[in-house]
Amino acid sequence: MVEKFDAIVVGAGPSGNSAAYTLAKGGLKILQIERGEYSGSKNVQGAIMYADALEKIIPDFRDDAPLERHIIEQRIWLLGDDSYIGTNYRSESFNSERPNRYTIIRAQFDKWFNEKVREAGALVICETTVTELLRDGSGKVYGVRTDRENGEVHADVVIMADGVNALLARRSDLQKELQPQNAALAVKEIHFIDPALIEQRFQVKGDEGVVIEMMGKVTGGMVGTAFLYTNKESLTIGIGCLISDFKAKGISPYKLLEDLKNHPVIKPLIQGGEVKEYAGHLIPEGGYKAVPQVCGDGWMVVGDAAHLNNAAHREGSNLAMTSGRFAAETLIELKRQGKAPVAANLALYKKKLDDSFVMKDLKKYKNLPEIMHMSPQFFNAYPDLLNGAAHNLFTVDGVDKKSKENQIFKSFAKRRSVLGLVGDAFKLARAFR
Amino acid sequence: MHIVVCIKQVPDSAQIRIHPVTNTIMRQGVPAIINPYDLFSLEEALRLKDRFGGRVTVLTMGPPMAEASLRKAMSFGATDAVLLTDRKFAGSDTLATSYALTSAIRKLHEEEPVDLVFCGKQTIDGDTAQVGPGIATRMNMQQLTYVAKIEDVNLDSREITVQRRSEGGVQVLKSRLPAMITMLEGSNSMRFGTMDDMFRAARTPLKLWNKDTCVDDEAKVGLKGSPTVVSKVFVPKPRAEKAKMIEAEGGASAQAAAAIDMLFTTYPKLANDLVR
Amino acid sequence: MSQAPANPPPAKKAAGGRKFELSEELKAYKGVWVIVEQERGKVHTVSYELLGEARKLADKLGVEVGAVILGAPGPFINEISGEAIAYGADVVYTVLDAALAEYRTEPYSKVMTDVVNTFKPEIVLLGASTLGRDLAGAIATTLLTGLTADCTELDISPENRSLAATRPTFGGTLLCTIQTLAYRPQMATIRPRVMQMPERDGTRTGRVVEVTPNLAEDIFVTKVLDFIPDSDQEEAQLAFADIIVSGGKGLQKAENFKLVWDLAEVLGAEVGASRPCTQAGWVTSDRQVGQTGKTVRPKLYIAAGISGAIQHRVGCENSDVILAINSDPNAPIFDFAHHGIVGDALQILPALTEQFRQRRLVNRKAS
Ligand SMILES: Cc1cc2nc3c(=O)[nH]c(=O)nc-3n(C[C@H](O)[C@H](O)[C@H](O)COP(=O)(O)OP(=O)(O)OC[C@H]3O[C@@H](n4cnc5c(N)ncnc54)[C@H](O)[C@@H]3O)c2cc1C
Ligand SMILES: Cc1cc2nc3c(=O)[nH]c(=O)nc-3n(C[C@H](O)[C@H](O)[C@H](O)COP(=O)(O)OP(=O)(O)OC[C@H]3O[C@@H](n4cnc5c(N)ncnc54)[C@H](O)[C@@H]3O)c2cc1C
Ligand SMILES: Nc1ncnc2c1ncn2[C@@H]1O[C@H](COP(=O)(O)O)[C@@H](O)[C@H]1O
Repeated sequence: MVEKFDAIVVGAGPSGNSAAYTLAKGGLKILQIERGEYSGSKNVQGAIMYADALEKIIPDFRDDAPLERHIIEQRIWLLGDDSYIGTNYRSESFNSERPNRYTIIRAQFDKWFNEKVREAGALVICETTVTELLRDGSGKVYGVRTDRENGEVHADVVIMADGVNALLARRSDLQKELQPQNAALAVKEIHFIDPALIEQRFQVKGDEGVVIEMMGKVTGGMVGTAFLYTNKESLTIGIGCLISDFKAKGISPYKLLEDLKNHPVIKPLIQGGEVKEYAGHLIPEGGYKAVPQVCGDGWMVVGDAAHLNNAAHREGSNLAMTSGRFAAETLIELKRQGKAPVAANLALYKKKLDDSFVMKDLKKYKNLPEIMHMSPQFFNAYPDLLNGAAHNLFTVDGVDKKSKENQIFKSFAKRRSVLGLVGDAFKLARAFR
Repeated sequence: MHIVVCIKQVPDSAQIRIHPVTNTIMRQGVPAIINPYDLFSLEEALRLKDRFGGRVTVLTMGPPMAEASLRKAMSFGATDAVLLTDRKFAGSDTLATSYALTSAIRKLHEEEPVDLVFCGKQTIDGDTAQVGPGIATRMNMQQLTYVAKIEDVNLDSREITVQRRSEGGVQVLKSRLPAMITMLEGSNSMRFGTMDDMFRAARTPLKLWNKDTCVDDEAKVGLKGSPTVVSKVFVPKPRAEKAKMIEAEGGASAQAAAAIDMLFTTYPKLANDLVR
Repeated sequence: MSQAPANPPPAKKAAGGRKFELSEELKAYKGVWVIVEQERGKVHTVSYELLGEARKLADKLGVEVGAVILGAPGPFINEISGEAIAYGADVVYTVLDAALAEYRTEPYSKVMTDVVNTFKPEIVLLGASTLGRDLAGAIATTLLTGLTADCTELDISPENRSLAATRPTFGGTLLCTIQTLAYRPQMATIRPRVMQMPERDGTRTGRVVEVTPNLAEDIFVTKVLDFIPDSDQEEAQLAFADIIVSGGKGLQKAENFKLVWDLAEVLGAEVGASRPCTQAGWVTSDRQVGQTGKTVRPKLYIAAGISGAIQHRVGCENSDVILAINSDPNAPIFDFAHHGIVGDALQILPALTEQFRQRRLVNRKAS
């Protein structure tokens, strides 16, 4: 006999866990299916977790969630060949009782979250891949098929939380193919290292942590960013660029990561560590314009699978968790009102997204991906110019400051016309506005 | 048919690293798995269940988190699971472990007579291959280790015929139930459970047993019941020097020539063996 | 199955340390024993390796080395007794009965339990072979004593004269030393090919004690119907080969493994492999070297395209000379190989083959 549930959640990443948790708490009969050995086993993330999104789902998560360090300092660096120029922001107030951002190890965090899902009463089945959506003649989704024998399971609604590849939706023609210019490929490593070294090199104590976001020469002119996060006993280091750029340039992501690790300003930070884990993963970076249809008859799609990712601010898991929660709340409300989960009613989910930071932020940066993509100078010329300028300015060599300013200005004008400079500034300002 | 399969949850040794600074084991993020050798025994037990019907009970002694390995075993098709867990068991060596497991098997036997006990050939953490023989001896069961193949089982005559790997060949043994069997690695490969197995694994309540449930003599478990004492744990000394690199200009053939020259000059005795 | 007679009470631990007095009963346990593993007249070489090791331990303790030979009565028993003495035994116990012709757990463990309880050795060593591990696990339970499996190093602890048995754990990432303090005998199984083979000394003399257990075959349930020797003789040879050429995943595909076979042929060597290769079916699994494969100790071990993971390392690191070929200069294999070539195995292997071939020709002509 085929089992039937109120909802099936496909995937146990942050979005799927949020949806399943909220649904189960709401008293619905939930099945969650994850293809990995356990929730988190296949997940790769930098990883910064934003407390606010999780607090709205599990208010007291700090009691037992496996958190690494809370962030007290953010550095943004523009890397030159052997230098960086950047800004640091550090504040004692981030040491509050309820810090806003944490580093986490996804494998542990997801596992913890999924345990909460089970405790909330959802049935969780791992090591099982959903291979297709079951749809009736009208296209309405009524369940899924998995790769196991007797693998058919039915439900009123299927929530697709299967990550950036969104294979389920694409296979059912609910989404178009992922475009190479809309996805970045990121590779990262975890380096185990003596916590004393972390404290010393990053000037932190206890559970304090630091995040370094980087752009510049390390991406070889491609659109991309790099990052270095402090965990309790390890460092996460990674770099990512648009797939379309990797394709065009023929550079391998592994090579980029090697270059990053060997960069003269990075190397001393990670020295003495031992590489524990290496992984690569896609990030949806197409922004607002790449967000597909997010619901229909008997289905919703959440998180990365719905392309809900804010590349400009490196936010993903918070959008994932929030969208998962919205999808769940939508369903709980419909159920309470006795309404069928058809497209017209599920549209409430889309409205919740639109009314929240999720779509508002994405909309704000809607032109950013294109600008970045059309303007290689951000990743190429500018890092050089700014690092060169700083170098010039901070080298005391008897040249008067006015002449130095002139030299710097000339160097900018030479690499990029004054008009171009102004234009870039304008474009960026618009994109960020 | 009632079959008990003893499984142990172990850290995945492939993923254990020694902390470069503190020289201790880094368990952080090291996944716990079912001892890989136990899976060959579990699969064999499931095949017998497929053939003769009945129950396959998986049994483990370990901390509460070992529940995961029992659920996993059920997701392959095991029907019941017992988690034997008690602080008093901590520090048990193989003699004490086999005592505790035997106590649990006896209790299972009272519920429904046990025809076969399967153990793994050995574990990858303890690596002793002692617990199986310990159980067989205590249960007074026939002990059939390193079994490459179960040729035949006859439930009427209660006879079992197996091929047992021994040094230099294979013994064909005819024995009788009840027996304790450990399977050789590679003798079968684990199945992919059905969706029904997955549902059962997620839903079936475990039997949670502790020392009071089945153990008669508390002095025989835990540190107290263990004759062996671990007196030292240490990291193997890394070889003082790294390999001497053979370098030569002129590609592979030059490198090969340099390597052979090096072997012949450094190890003149070896030269005889090499160009006999 | 034979039950152990009521075991003597364990010794009392003196407060706070590993120093303590054994009870008088346990003090009576004297001598270091090796159970000599013979099947159909053939002795497993690990038994001789162990006699060499037992000799060292016994000398430290100032006691005798005993060798126990179990089997059906036959002419080869005398021969084996002689060999055991030549390799270091002071006294040989021959335990002979038709029921012991082939190894079976039940009769072997029954008589061994009785023999140990009669003669009371303080240490009992067995090879970590299928026989040794099967038997040791059973008799440690009937004797209710401690057993340390798969050891790679043995010593006598100076503070309490007990056996300090060292063995790898967690797949070789760590070593641990285990002692059985308050129980006797102290038992250990030892990995074949890890201990040095002792020099054979034909002039040594020793006593032979015959034990006739008078077993009644009909009490034993398990019968040996047949013994199928490994038709594939190569299997046994890997562990005893003088030269081994091993290939790893770095060879990239099955066809390339031929390069390993070619070099092995020229050298008269055995072929080994890392696990991914045996798993992929490039070579049969009996050629796998490592934790879950064979432990080898050749004079020369050539590793081509093998990264040197700990599970592989433990199987080959006792080789006299290790030559590693790997394209990655940072591959862990270079941490324990004696010599290294950084390069493409697909090119170096044929180059080695070619040049060894030439040298052999030159050599043949010269002689
Ligand atoms: C290198 C890197 C660094 C990042 N850093 C950050 C950061 O610092 N902060 C941040 O907020 N975000 C970050 N992100 C983004 C963040 O990881 C994602 O936005 C987030 O994981 C999305 O969650 P999700 O649940 O939608 O998808 P996922 O986390 O991808 O989860 C999808 C789950 O579905 C499962 N699945 C897939 N297909 C199937 C199927 N057919 N059947 C069953 N199960 C299936 C998968 O196994 C997986 O567990 C980063 C991403 C990367 C790649
Ligand atoms: C419980 C357990 C037991 C195990 N038991 C064993 C065991 O008994 N034996 C065993 O071997 N493994 C065992 N393993 C597996 C072990 O962990 C490693 O995965 C395995 O040894 C790696 O094999 P490899 O070196 O051939 O492959 P890889 O690790 O993939 O290494 C390939 C190497 O080839 C090099 N290379 C690539 N191309 C070339 C080229 N053209 N020329 C030269 N070099 C090249 C690479 O630099 C690399 O170093 C076990 C694992 C577990 C978990
Ligand atoms: N704690 C345990 N719980 C259940 N079974 C065990 C346990 N320890 C060992 N075993 C079984 O005994 C086998 C041999 O273990 P070992 O003697 O530790 O090598 C294992 O493969 C298991 O089948």
